[in-house]
Amino acid sequence: MTDAGPLTGLVGFADALRRAGVACGAERVGAFVAAVEVLGVGGPDRVYWAGRVALCAEPDDLARYDAVFAAWFGGRPAPPAVRRGVSASALAALGGEVAGTGRSQVLAVAASDVEVLRRKDIASLSAAERAHLRELLAVLRPVPPVRRSRRRRPARRGEVDPRRTFRAWLAAGEPVRPKHRRRSVRPRKVVLLVDVSGSMKPYADALLRFAHVVARRMPVEVFTVGTRLTRVTRELRWRDPEQALAAAARAVPDFEGGTRLGEALRAFLDGWGRRGAARRAVVVVCSDGWERGDPALLGEQAARLRRLAHRVLWVNPHVGRGGYAPVQSGIAVVLPHVDRLLAGHSLETLALLLEEVGRA
Amino acid sequence: MTPDDLAARLDHVGYLPDQGVATAAFLAWRMRRPLLCEGEPGTGKTSLALALARALELPLIRLQCHEGIDAAQALYDWDFPRQLLHLRALEAAGPVDVERAEASLYTRRFLLARPLLRALEEAPCVLLVDEVDRADDEFEAFLLEVLGEHAVTIPELGVVRAETPPLVVLTSNRTRELHDALKRRCLYHWLEHPDLAREIAIVRRRLPGVGERLAEQVASTVRRLRTLDLIKPPGVAETLDWAEALLTLGMTTLDPPAAAATLGAVLKYREDVRRALSAGVLDVPPGSTIGG
Repeated sequence: MTDAGPLTGLVGFADALRRAGVACGAERVGAFVAAVEVLGVGGPDRVYWAGRVALCAEPDDLARYDAVFAAWFGGRPAPPAVRRGVSASALAALGGEVAGTGRSQVLAVAASDVEVLRRKDIASLSAAERAHLRELLAVLRPVPPVRRSRRRRPARRGEVDPRRTFRAWLAAGEPVRPKHRRRSVRPRKVVLLVDVSGSMKPYADALLRFAHVVARRMPVEVFTVGTRLTRVTRELRWRDPEQALAAAARAVPDFEGGTRLGEALRAFLDGWGRRGAARRAVVVVCSDGWERGDPALLGEQAARLRRLAHRVLWVNPHVGRGGYAPVQSGIAVVLPHVDRLLAGHSLETLALLLEEVGRA
Repeated sequence: MTPDDLAARLDHVGYLPDQGVATAAFLAWRMRRPLLCEGEPGTGKTSLALALARALELPLIRLQCHEGIDAAQALYDWDFPRQLLHLRALEAAGPVDVERAEASLYTRRFLLARPLLRALEEAPCVLLVDEVDRADDEFEAFLLEVLGEHAVTIPELGVVRAETPPLVVLTSNRTRELHDALKRRCLYHWLEHPDLAREIAIVRRRLPGVGERLAEQVASTVRRLRTLDLIKPPGVAETLDWAEALLTLGMTTLDPPAAAATLGAVLKYREDVRRALSAGVLDVPPGSTIGG
């Protein structure tokens, strides 16, 4: 591979792939070039497979890879970077500024105002109150729920630990008091499914911010549901909430769309939940239950979710309002399969939700 | 050796790879990089490693990952009870020189080699790290170290290094996302369900007693089941189970009563069985031509 021609072509291809959204770093590109070298530039098939095993790292990459490969080696220029969905401005339209304009506004708020804000319905907040709410959200301190682990840890009492006992005997040269061990606890997985459809518009921004705060403190998977399912765990990994929210807004193509909860829930269970994400997890669904799809499907999927998960908590902002009755078709069919129905329309109820999750 | 040669060898030991699998395995072997296999359950991730070991005539060492797996289960452990017995035996034989007694305790014969250490010691070999997504993510970092260096340091003994690195196959069911650092070290292959002709060939290869017609009918029916919206679409393993079940009953063709009686070999959920029956997949026996 001393000849510059093919090498430039290969690296250029990798570059086009990167622009299309496949995260192939220098190490992968190096592996790709080495793989082509091992196989020889015999034909497009070989280059195709060399690139597919060396440059891709997850199933989502494969479709992009195929597209870029066809474009690049078919002689056509690479397509521009793929940007799915809406711009950050869509999120701003949801009620929260994406860039931190609200940050500079220093709000001198008396304690009583904080109390009022804590209880106020998020949908009825003014822009200044929203900015303040964001700051209050950031100081929530979520505590993860725990479960018993398979792993045992040394303990003062409990079953006898033969390994440590023998080891102590060995060190002492004579039998000593037996050592003990016990099962330890580990954080339990938490899954948040946030409805971002039109009817949830006033709450989606606050709920995603809430998800971001939670994600920084415990192992959690976050998905948005609307007409489709989008995983935003990766996007919410940004430390800065504004950056995280902007990344999530770019990733979610169905902001303010309709709701097909049943289908989105099924996509979650098939693609993630059944494989392990929902098993023994605490699953929190934030949705008002306005279902445009088939309620029977939603009920079936909610039942599946209940069988997989440790606890299913349903958060419906409308529960907090006076005179609420769970009559929407969606909520009515899921209620039998839900452990708790919670409000989550204000900061206070979100804090309550956190307590509930921590106890689950 | 070329990918085609490797494909032929895999074919010879009863694993029928497509071009992608053969090329991925070939590259992993020649580039000495671990191969990370993902794919739907039942697409032959684990059996690829088993077949590679047989095709390359190398021993297979398997590390089954589970939650809470740690170095003592994956790498090595000291055999404390035996060390204790040894010490007792030394004492019984007469006065003991403490230094020498201790040195004699931390020798290779009191070391229990777990799969990773065995793979380094017995290399060249095929190391299968099965369902790596079930292990905790701390374990991944530890695995990375062993896979990257092909060596491990045992404080009491020294470094164990593999002369020829083992051919490592990792499988994952994507129950959680693997760490990027681990993925970066690996070649990646996504396994698909085989196409119809290949699946028929697999059935006939694995179960020589199954006739052409039955194999075709079973494979094409399973294919149609996969297109239904099932909770657990059947994999190749289920196709084989089903064909074997029918073979055991002495069937030579797939008729609806026999299919209904043996459906438990393919579909493991009541909802799926109901859906398959209502979609009429089993009512009309599929035609005897390929693609029917």
